[in-house]
Amino acid sequence: MALLSFERKYRVRGGTLVGGDLFDFWVGPFYVGFFGVTTIFFATLGTALIFYGAAMGPTWNPWLINIAPPDLSYGLGWAPLLEGGLWQIITMCAVGAFVSWALREVEICRKLGIGYHVPFAFGVAIFAYVSLVVIRPLLLGAWGHGFPYGIFSHLDWVSNTGYQYLHFHYNPAHMLAVSFFFTTTFALGLHGSLILSSANPAKGETVRSPEYEDTFFRDILGYSVGELGIHRLGLFLALSAGFWSAICIIISGPFWTRGWPEWWTWWLNLPIWS
Amino acid sequence: MMNRMSKPLGRSLALCAVLAMPLLLTGCEIGGKDATQWGPRGAAMEGVVNPRLMSAPGVPPESAYPLESRDGPRARDTYQNLQVLGDISADEFNLLMLNITAWVAPPEQGCNYCHNPENMASDEIYQKVVARKMLQMTRTINTQWEGHVKATGVTCYTCHRGKGIPAYYWTNAPARPNGILGNNMGQNMPSPTVAYASLPHAPFETLLVGNNPIRVGSKGIHPTPANTTSIQATEATYGLMMHMSSSLGVNCTFCHNTQNFGKWSREQRVGAWYGIRMVRQINDGYITPLKGVFPAHRLGPTGDPFKVNCQTCHQGVNKPLGGVPMLADSPSLRDPNVAVAGAGTSVLAAAVSTPGAVRAVAVAMPTETADRIADAAGAAADQARESVAATR
Repeated sequence: MALLSFERKYRVRGGTLVGGDLFDFWVGPFYVGFFGVTTIFFATLGTALIFYGAAMGPTWNPWLINIAPPDLSYGLGWAPLLEGGLWQIITMCAVGAFVSWALREVEICRKLGIGYHVPFAFGVAIFAYVSLVVIRPLLLGAWGHGFPYGIFSHLDWVSNTGYQYLHFHYNPAHMLAVSFFFTTTFALGLHGSLILSSANPAKGETVRSPEYEDTFFRDILGYSVGELGIHRLGLFLALSAGFWSAICIIISGPFWTRGWPEWWTWWLNLPIWS
Repeated sequence: MMNRMSKPLGRSLALCAVLAMPLLLTGCEIGGKDATQWGPRGAAMEGVVNPRLMSAPGVPPESAYPLESRDGPRARDTYQNLQVLGDISADEFNLLMLNITAWVAPPEQGCNYCHNPENMASDEIYQKVVARKMLQMTRTINTQWEGHVKATGVTCYTCHRGKGIPAYYWTNAPARPNGILGNNMGQNMPSPTVAYASLPHAPFETLLVGNNPIRVGSKGIHPTPANTTSIQATEATYGLMMHMSSSLGVNCTFCHNTQNFGKWSREQRVGAWYGIRMVRQINDGYITPLKGVFPAHRLGPTGDPFKVNCQTCHQGVNKPLGGVPMLADSPSLRDPNVAVAGAGTSVLAAAVSTPGAVRAVAVAMPTETADRIADAAGAAADQARESVAATR
């Protein structure tokens, strides 16, 4: 495989966060490391428990399998295994696996001497998940506020949680998150099409340089964000989408209990015109 | 070296950001919340409320004195011009009049709010004519709408709360301009009637009078002849639902599992179904006919009387006045001639207690009532919907 000559360069010892040289080796193309081991442990245990929960449930239909959090009455305490306890352990496994994976990314970054952009970006995704199943339940005082693990059941949860605030599209953080999601895909669409256009010139022509790409956007918009800049912008847009998604659910309940449209009455009540 | 922001500029930007942080909290409700779960675990059918913001349910005033007996000479033999309350005893009538005064009349006017003190039987004061119609209405609510008011019942106080005009009412909005210019189509007016959404802010004019359909859920994913509900109709329904939620201090999941709004997944929706039809009958059968009786200052901008919606009784509370039984000392508002002890159980009350009973009783009822009940029965929702469609 052609890339092996490159891969040899990063197969350097050191840069680990925990355990020194203990797991500092590769299996095939995969770096293992201490956090690779913990990732495998948590992911395997969590997946096995999901299968156990499915086995104890009424269906094997993959759309309908549902592993739900405990009733609110359990508060922040432990619930019996089949009444939400499984959900609690699976949640711990999920958080453990996700965080392990991020730390494994950190170790690889350290080996390569590159920035931590990738683990940071993944960290924002983890933050969004943790917001839903840990932070918001903690703030509201019951694990039962977390979302259930199931394809249809988690969609029902999303729908009902939205309608608890009458009209969720009025949630200001939800507005920001949706706008960032759309802008992310828009920016990726513009960038991807631009790269493909200069990499696929007419027959007999040569591949165009980045100067052509910049010129296209200077001509059409008066400005080009540049080769490195578009990737900074893309990262910012994508992380903002995930970040504001997390904020929009954290504030729903812990910091606002009425219909979201009513939140905007602060604007109507500004002393300027009220 | 790449071009970096100069240090002083970066520092002042960071300072501004830190100083702006507390601004983000000004729109927040800080402090503990109360959560109630009413669906299966993990379904998010629950209410998270801020106890500091919930409306107090209010307390109905005590009866002037307890009603001890319904026996004795009839009121019609003692007083004149009794068209509604003649069948009850004079003693019960006197107590009811005292209580109505506390429920409705401004204290400085007392009996004279409705009566000419020189001639109590006279109908010359318009409030007395209105009060008579309202007594008929109250009896209708208590006897025919137990699907909504249950055994709790209502009195004048449920809406009036000691005032001549209930605090919450609605009237028709002035006509909109024709065409597009200046016509907001009844939308984008952040109005408390629809919980400040941009939805049509006057859903009552089409949905809390008359007999327009409210359910807008599709039966399939494609537009078909059986599935022609417009976005406009859908938004009006959403507006009405916003009104119901904020009037009761609950959210959508109190009545619906939003996974399927059309499913009768919560019995609360059955009570709400009766409530909407009850309000329509109140508005169409009792309030609108009084149009000619009210003076001009008791009419809306288009000349219609002040009509009721959910907020009129509920006032931000799921059970008006905390759900305390209202009729202990005023049984005549439900049962003109029945003994006090037996009050409160009628065919309809028994009928709605279980879905199975609903269908059984529905068979034995007049068509209109039967349809009403059958339609509300969760278990028979689909057949019921078709039968109602057939009768329309």
